[in-house]
Amino acid sequence: MARELPYIAAIGEAIHQEMERDETVLHFGQNIATHDDDPYLKAFGSDRVRVTPISETAEIGMAIGAAIAGYRPVVELYMAEFMLVAMDQVVNEANRFHYMSAGKVKVPIVLKAGYGFTAGWAGQHTGTIYGMFMGVPGLKVALPATPADAKGLMTASIRDDNPVVFFHHYLLTLEHGDVPEGEHVVPLGQANVVREGSDVTIVALGWMLGRALEAADQLASEGVSAEVIDPRTLAPLDLATILSSVEKTGRLVVADQSTRHGSAATVIAAEVASQGFSSLRGPVQLVCALDATVPYSEPMEAYLIPDAAKIVTAVQQAVGEAPVPA
Amino acid sequence: MPDLDGERLTWMYTQMLRIREFEERVKRTFEDHPGVIRGHTHLADGAEASIVGSLAALRDGDQLLTTYRCHGYPIALGTDPKAMMAEIYGRKDGLCGGYGGSMHLVDPGRGFLGTSGIVGQGIPHACGAAYAAQIRGQGQVVLSFFGDGASKQGAFHESLNIASLWKLPIVFVMENNSYNVYTRVEQEDANAAAGEPLAVKAKAYSMPGETVDGGDPVAVHDVMSAAVERARGGDGPTFVESLVYRLSAHGNIIAPPGVPLHFPEHEAITIFGNVEEYEAAKRGDPVPRFRARLIQDGTLSAEDADRLAEEVRTEMEAAVQFGLDSPFPPAEAATDYVYA
Repeated sequence: MARELPYIAAIGEAIHQEMERDETVLHFGQNIATHDDDPYLKAFGSDRVRVTPISETAEIGMAIGAAIAGYRPVVELYMAEFMLVAMDQVVNEANRFHYMSAGKVKVPIVLKAGYGFTAGWAGQHTGTIYGMFMGVPGLKVALPATPADAKGLMTASIRDDNPVVFFHHYLLTLEHGDVPEGEHVVPLGQANVVREGSDVTIVALGWMLGRALEAADQLASEGVSAEVIDPRTLAPLDLATILSSVEKTGRLVVADQSTRHGSAATVIAAEVASQGFSSLRGPVQLVCALDATVPYSEPMEAYLIPDAAKIVTAVQQAVGEAPVPA
Repeated sequence: MPDLDGERLTWMYTQMLRIREFEERVKRTFEDHPGVIRGHTHLADGAEASIVGSLAALRDGDQLLTTYRCHGYPIALGTDPKAMMAEIYGRKDGLCGGYGGSMHLVDPGRGFLGTSGIVGQGIPHACGAAYAAQIRGQGQVVLSFFGDGASKQGAFHESLNIASLWKLPIVFVMENNSYNVYTRVEQEDANAAAGEPLAVKAKAYSMPGETVDGGDPVAVHDVMSAAVERARGGDGPTFVESLVYRLSAHGNIIAPPGVPLHFPEHEAITIFGNVEEYEAAKRGDPVPRFRARLIQDGTLSAEDADRLAEEVRTEMEAAVQFGLDSPFPPAEAATDYVYA
């Protein structure tokens, strides 16, 4: 049975259910469980649920150590950017121990990181930094775009034996959607064809999924049939689903809120160009943020980040209905 | 704290010897078998008493995490030196199949949970293992080993704060060898520059801090036993500064391919021209120092000590031969173990 839940509640439900199911799952981080009425604290006690100091290196490092010692910590990091002060732990410690020990140890941790808060949070709290992590060997990267996937991917991330960075988009926090009750697992590495179409493939990452579906509606009214794919995880990346869609449509548009050269979109475009070139009937179109720090002021912020209209324009260029800008 | 009987003292001396003889052979490999060891290797010679005195305070089920200067601990824990040498030689029969090398030895079955090659970054890992031990509630204690340089890292300060706050069952063991590569501790540490021991850092985190002669395994054992029992009893962490002197340079030379690797002289000589400092450290070498003490107090006869030394030499020669004889891993194994 499914019922409507906000995206953020779906994530919380997954953590709660997994903590019930498996007593090795821990939950700690900044500004959680600071009072006795905290639902996690009440349900699971202060051994498994703890507030930490503002010490990202220690939080993530301790998650690694606890994981090596047999636990499954979920670290609440709030803002994805807070990981940047502890990057060694994320991309040079957690992801390497299983490999360097020839499989003697495992590091099953989940780093829960909110991102993309383009609602006036200005330059340092609005980043879409998942592209920095997708090419890091040993790390998995989840990017849920719907409440149901938020629950299913969090469940899969907690059960996975590898470190997973779980990026949730701040603008989706209160968006409602049908979420299955009880156990719900969305396997890491399985893209979702959210809307079928025949003229163009739009691969949309995270928050861009909603914008891409808006764009597809508008394009349908203009007689253009767009297929919309949500990769759901960037590592592993389900390239097979994307390639088989492009084989059908012959055109690819990738929508990514990141700045172009730091984007996952460029990697997806390169893989399709490399492995699916013969399917392509024209250049891949990238719809990314403009190369600037996100500004505070609303009109400038909106100008910088991609939206449905920019996706529509890119699709029109891909299908040859709009002039390609010089 | 448990008294050390003759058998235990002999065991400690044996482990010190084994570490020394192993490290001597690692070092000698650069000359005897050029090219067999790649990259960067760091030796524990000089720190044997500190390592063995610390580990002698543990009991089964306790755990530790260390730095990249990591050969000494697993030897004392009982890891097969053949597998260790094969790992340092990058061979298939290596402890970690050639994936880790000298800086990344791991033996979780013996409580050696791992290392970090990045200064200071293993300290929070040890706190995480201690957090796990606290939840498990079986009285396990975790040791976190690191050098004096690491105490200038944020990871150190964040970890000591949270360990004290949560009363984690952990002992922080700083092996202070007075050098961060070739920067002297007074050049980079405010406490050292002010003439204070580095153990005063513990005060900032409301935990006991002690400085001990890391060349005396019994002194180290006594301080560590008290700290370990304190941790085991739920009273939280202790910060132990163990004064050691590494008898080799920080590591073998850092050189591009084509330049034969070797161990240079100690930085006291090469950088600071302080031959006497190094010679004094050699005169105080913890291994012969402990041997003399055990012979003097009748724990060990000179003949037994000689026989022991011969046995250990034979064991470590066999480790070298095993490493040399072990095949390389198949190249295509390089993509195994990326994901669990």
